[in-house]
Amino acid sequence: MDLIWLIPLLPGIGAAINGLFGIRFFSKRMAGVFAVSTMAGAFVLSANAFLQLLGTAERYHKVTVAHWIPPIPLETFNGIGSFEVPWAFVLDPLSGMMLLIVTGIGLLIHIYSIGYIEHEPRGGVARFFCYLNLFCFFMLTLVLGSNFLVMFVGWEGVGLCSYLLIGYWYRKQSASDAGKKAFITNRIGDWGFVMGVFLIYFTFGTLDFKEVAEAASQVPVETAAVGFGVVSAICLFLFVGATGKSAQVPLYVWLPDAMEGPTPVSALIHAATMVTAGVYMVCRNAVLFTHAPMVMEIVAVVGALTALMAATIALVQTDIKRVLAYSTVSQLGYMFLAAGVGAFGAAAFHLMTHAFFKALLFLGSGSVIHGMNEEQDMRQMGGLKLYMPVTFVTMLIGAIAIAGIPPFAGFFSKDLILARTFVHSPMLWVIGAVTAVMTAFYMFRLINMTFFGPYRGPDWEHRQDTSHAGDDDHGHAWHGPHESPQLMTVPLMLLSVGAVVAGFVGIPAALGGSDAIEHFLEPSFTVAGAPVAEAHHLSHAAEWGLMAFSVLLAIGGIWYAYRNYVQRPENSEQMAENWSGAHRVLTNKYYVDEAYDATVIRGTMTSANSLWTVDKRVVDGAVNGTGWTTIASSWVSHILDKYVVDGLINLVAWACGEASYLFRRAQTGLIQNYAFASLLGVFAFVTWFLFTR
Amino acid sequence: MIGVIGVLVRRNIIIIFMSIELILNAVNINLVASSHQLQDMAGQVFVVFVIAVAAAEAAVGLGILIAFYRNKETVNIDEVQLMRW
Repeated sequence: MDLIWLIPLLPGIGAAINGLFGIRFFSKRMAGVFAVSTMAGAFVLSANAFLQLLGTAERYHKVTVAHWIPPIPLETFNGIGSFEVPWAFVLDPLSGMMLLIVTGIGLLIHIYSIGYIEHEPRGGVARFFCYLNLFCFFMLTLVLGSNFLVMFVGWEGVGLCSYLLIGYWYRKQSASDAGKKAFITNRIGDWGFVMGVFLIYFTFGTLDFKEVAEAASQVPVETAAVGFGVVSAICLFLFVGATGKSAQVPLYVWLPDAMEGPTPVSALIHAATMVTAGVYMVCRNAVLFTHAPMVMEIVAVVGALTALMAATIALVQTDIKRVLAYSTVSQLGYMFLAAGVGAFGAAAFHLMTHAFFKALLFLGSGSVIHGMNEEQDMRQMGGLKLYMPVTFVTMLIGAIAIAGIPPFAGFFSKDLILARTFVHSPMLWVIGAVTAVMTAFYMFRLINMTFFGPYRGPDWEHRQDTSHAGDDDHGHAWHGPHESPQLMTVPLMLLSVGAVVAGFVGIPAALGGSDAIEHFLEPSFTVAGAPVAEAHHLSHAAEWGLMAFSVLLAIGGIWYAYRNYVQRPENSEQMAENWSGAHRVLTNKYYVDEAYDATVIRGTMTSANSLWTVDKRVVDGAVNGTGWTTIASSWVSHILDKYVVDGLINLVAWACGEASYLFRRAQTGLIQNYAFASLLGVFAFVTWFLFTR
Repeated sequence: MIGVIGVLVRRNIIIIFMSIELILNAVNINLVASSHQLQDMAGQVFVVFVIAVAAAEAAVGLGILIAFYRNKETVNIDEVQLMRW
């Protein structure tokens, strides 16, 4: 357990070596194997640490690696405090669970990536694994950090890696644009996170999670009667940060565009791990949030709205990855809904199950895209279950899991969330239930369009000769859809096992289980010794009813998808025509991108342009004016110099020249003239001498 | 008198030179005559000095003359106008 500092370091070392040497020297396979081995090491260490944690009574272990920021006197709410931040990691049930998710799923996705990325040039492969490892380094730092600042380092780092990986194919305009969009949108959220951290230090004088939680538990709960206090402000700021990272309304727009990145990236970063960082952060600060019930309401409503909105958009998307992207946004909305109604355990539980089945679905879609020769449009697929059976079966498992059919993982976590929401607010429960139907529908729409029905894709050579289907010989002509290599299918199978069994840790009491996951995570959401608010539980009968109802809803959604996309494919087109207005709005994603473009982006651009104009006209004008004035004045003094000063001097010289005109005639240069003159002088003097004497 | 006019009017530098010698020798005759008239030996002593100086002057003057001729290929004094304005 004392070795947890090594867990983030291993992928960090992998990233450094792959980045510094791998891009130049490593072969494709070597770069991949190296990255995978660092992740495997991290996973073994994580599993070991987790097992040790289970053995301890306190379930809290903090390891200080270094004194990062030495004590600095800094003002707080109660006078001068000491701002001191150690580089410390903490292992408790919540971070332990996240640790297993990140390293476990990360490991599988690393393995999958070796197969997925093998057609890239050699240097590109090492670059990809370098970024991927770097991402794991930052994500593990984020998860393990024991205070807000260490978490913030990871928080920013995963944002950076997300940017790098979305823009991995940086020659593609849309990919590099999507990277920028993700980065800039996250910046807005990060602003909220930073403001929250400032406010936390100012209010509590510390940044350590545990100390903040203990301090916060002393503060009275800021109900509507108490008013909107500082804890509410902190939580609101932190939630702004979470909406950015976890793609909630109104900052969700970057996630669907992030699908421009390679599919393993979408699976790891934009489905299983990074986007759940916001949920993790909210859960991590559960004590703070429970002291700000008004913000909790906001969280729940935003979560429910996001879940509904993203699910409706997902109903009509045709790009296989975009459906999954909106599905991710929608499921993240579920998690925030759970956190908002106070069921932090349910949120974390759904986070875990979602990580399994969404990573599975993304990797499956990657396998489909790979087999279809980079085709992502579901209208060009169909009937693929014949060609890629492993991918079909695993994706089917993933889809059943997300739809919430027992006993798959999604059923338990989603029902836990819905049950808790029902207790809190039946209105939000209705939204959640509607979203559940839609989830089942769009997932099976995806499965049906991809794997059932007739094949609609492009033709290929030797079409009848299906014996080639299993071969993986890219680089030559495309031989039609084919199953992916084992490097890709084995992680799929392992994840599908996870998608089946991951829910069993949270079998509710109503089904004879023990709510193990919630009890396990409980210490992370409460403060030791504080009175635990007794959750208002439903009776078992009501819980049974809710479960049966949501299973019915899921089956209904699946049946509807089956009917309209397998039995009568023409039905769906008919529907799109009948509801053409709604269909258009949904296809265009509620015009949110356009609205942002018209308001925020256009506004920013306009103000930037006007500032630029001011700069050009006023600031540059002043500078140029000064320059021009200097030139003019120097011209004046140049004229003055030339005509007045030089004129005087020339006048003197000219006068001298003219005056000397007469006298210089005497200078003949002939000695005899001079001698004659001196003789005359002698005569004159002699004469003068004689006459005067 | 003849020597002074010779110096002033002749153009040939050698003639001018000879005229200068004439002047000096005229002075010498005057000095000897005066010395004899006044019964003073100082005048004759002075003449000896003048002859010595004249010899030196002739040597130097002829040197200058040769240098001048080598430079200018002429003995005409009018050609020498280096000091003209």
